Amino acid sequence: MADHNPFPGENNTGHFWDDNIRELNNPPPQWWMIALWVSVAWFVLYGILYPMFPVMPWQSQEEGGFSKGLLGWTSIQEYEQGVAQVEAVRAEYEDQIADMSAEQVLEDPGLTQYTLASAKVLFGDYCSACHGSGGQGNPGYPVLADDNWLYGGSLAKISESITNGRKGAMTAHKDILTEAEVDQLARFTVELAEGGEGREAGWKLFNEKGCTACHGQEANGILAELPDGSIVTVGAANLTDSLWRFEPGGYESAKHTILYGVNQPNVEQTRDAVMPAFGDAAGSLEGKLEPDQIKKLAIYVHSLGGGQ
Amino acid sequence: MNETPSRSSGAAIDDLYAEAHHWEVNTGDETIHAKRIPGKWRRIKWFAASVWLIFFLGPYLRWNGHQAVLFDIPDRQYHLFGVTVLPQDFWMLSLLLLFFAILLAVVTALAGRVYCGYFCFQTVWTDVFTWIEEMLEGSPPQRRKLDKAALDARKLRIKLTKHALWLLIGFLTGFSFVAWFYGAWPLWRDFFVGEANLVVYASVALFTGGTYVLAGWLREQVCFWLCPYARIQGVMLDQSTIVPTYDVARGEPRGRVKKDETSEQRSTGDCVDCNQCVAVCPTGIDIRNGQQEGCITCALCLDACDTVMDKVGRPRGLIRYASLDEMEGKPVKPMLLRARVWVYTAILALALTGILYGLSSLAAIELKVLHERAPLFVQLSDGSIQNKYTLKVLNKSEQDLRVEISADSAIPISLVGADEPLPTTRGEVTPMIVFVKVERSDLDGERVPLTFKATAEFDDGTEITAERESAFFGPAR
Repeated sequence: MADHNPFPGENNTGHFWDDNIRELNNPPPQWWMIALWVSVAWFVLYGILYPMFPVMPWQSQEEGGFSKGLLGWTSIQEYEQGVAQVEAVRAEYEDQIADMSAEQVLEDPGLTQYTLASAKVLFGDYCSACHGSGGQGNPGYPVLADDNWLYGGSLAKISESITNGRKGAMTAHKDILTEAEVDQLARFTVELAEGGEGREAGWKLFNEKGCTACHGQEANGILAELPDGSIVTVGAANLTDSLWRFEPGGYESAKHTILYGVNQPNVEQTRDAVMPAFGDAAGSLEGKLEPDQIKKLAIYVHSLGGGQ
Repeated sequence: MNETPSRSSGAAIDDLYAEAHHWEVNTGDETIHAKRIPGKWRRIKWFAASVWLIFFLGPYLRWNGHQAVLFDIPDRQYHLFGVTVLPQDFWMLSLLLLFFAILLAVVTALAGRVYCGYFCFQTVWTDVFTWIEEMLEGSPPQRRKLDKAALDARKLRIKLTKHALWLLIGFLTGFSFVAWFYGAWPLWRDFFVGEANLVVYASVALFTGGTYVLAGWLREQVCFWLCPYARIQGVMLDQSTIVPTYDVARGEPRGRVKKDETSEQRSTGDCVDCNQCVAVCPTGIDIRNGQQEGCITCALCLDACDTVMDKVGRPRGLIRYASLDEMEGKPVKPMLLRARVWVYTAILALALTGILYGLSSLAAIELKVLHERAPLFVQLSDGSIQNKYTLKVLNKSEQDLRVEISADSAIPISLVGADEPLPTTRGEVTPMIVFVKVERSDLDGERVPLTFKATAEFDDGTEITAERESAFFGPAR
């Protein structure tokens, strides 16, 4: 440090090394300094108002162990507010739907739109694993987008299927029928599926062996039609249409179903066909879905393409 | 090459210093108090500036019971008189921007910075602000004197009045700007009772402050140091662009007017070195140094010079709109023979055609068709094939419409679920699910083209339709 400044007027700090190396004072521009101090002030203010320091040793774990800020803001609170906002928008529709039957909802285009959009999420969560994202079905799991319903395609029947689940049953005939009879019945179902009338001998055997008990007199799966238009079924397949309940369909597939049946407990190669119950009723899967959710799902499934 | 040409070095240095005189850069150390002189260009300037009245008065224009032009950002729709522009029509905005960008280019190539000089809000607002200043504080010398004077009651009163008026204009600017987006009447209703939202108040505050600072304080400094267009336009000029130019050959050497000297005796040029052109310049430049970055080509120096020429009995036009070619005595190309004119015009025409096409083809309803993908098709129990479609009908008209849906294809089809017309709300998208059924025997391919058609009728009986191509899918044969 030199008392005598040999370089006057150049705004140096008075620090010299090796005679002529000196430190100059070039302060940053004023606007820059202002911005710096505003930032510092911002930091302090933010720290006072919002959670900032993750460690507050004198606080217990229950208290959170972090600085909370004067405003008491938390991100989970903000999230909950956001959810509440969405719920408030939904509530308007949900309240209406709760007081209406599924048929009434379908009468109202606005509510139908809301229901379809909202039930799409439910369908994705609970149904699409088996029935496919758009109700297109999977091998062994029925297509929901067509008009072929084992248990009826009315809103009430669909709702019933979702609430209570369905478990069809068909006896394994491997020990009951001869191979020739199985062959004849399998060919009979193929004939029907291809649009044929079915041979006399086929119908005869079909009646004799008691197939009509479940598949109906006309092999269409319908046991009786009630005066109000609804039908009585036990969930047996309609053999007269071109659709097959079990993939891939055709002679071999039909033969397999006849031989081993459906959902037979002690038959190894039996067909699996179980729809779990989603409702609150006894025996359901822990009451997964609320009645309103089932109502919305029934409307959604009904609108997929073949509701009756 | 050791021997540097010392002969010319002295002259070169002289030139350097002569030039250095012109390199004094205007960084706003001194406020420019420009003189106001009436004249032809002054009138044109006021006339051009009055275009901005549209900005202030436009929001009050009504059309069919609503604001004629309203940029409704929260609802994402722009109302332009009878037309509603929605986000999906925004490709027109890019054409509009292209149009104005090219318009700027073509005008600049032909006649220099016409926009800067006559229409730019910076120029116009500064002009109005300095006009107010002149009304309150007097002529430029009086203003300079007042600036230097000690603060007394009179100065305080004048200055306060001036700044209050400036802020008022700034406020009106912001208020009018927001009115284009918020709606003029709702803004008057909500603003002063504190019911408008924060964005509105922030916008008005920003505009008030911005206008006050930019037009009141920064003025020509914006053109010098902030505005990119001022720099871009500089490179758009060429030799044949007509800009306010000082006729050097006629004016030089400049010399003061001597009494009792006839024009035959005179050895000086026509410039009388009265500096009036500098006095009136709003950016404080001397046009006699040639075209330069500070010149916004406002042509106020033309008025000043013409007035002086009239007084001293010399012909007008010592400073005039002229091209560099003309000044250098080169042949002047007629405007229509210049390639630039044609290229620019072609682009302008294209953009304009696109915008006009877009505006004229804006249908009141729009139909979108989403084909269901899972499943692509289903076989029904009677053997027929069914496809599912989600139709989205956008109603852009100003009334609720009942839209009839129909479908058409080369093969026989039956449309299910569209028996009832779809009720649509104005300005909203209404979805609808329909099914199309085709007999297996009618299906002649995996993919058959299909056209959906939406038809609606207005209250006055005019019918509008919208069509959308889609396809029907079936199993492989």
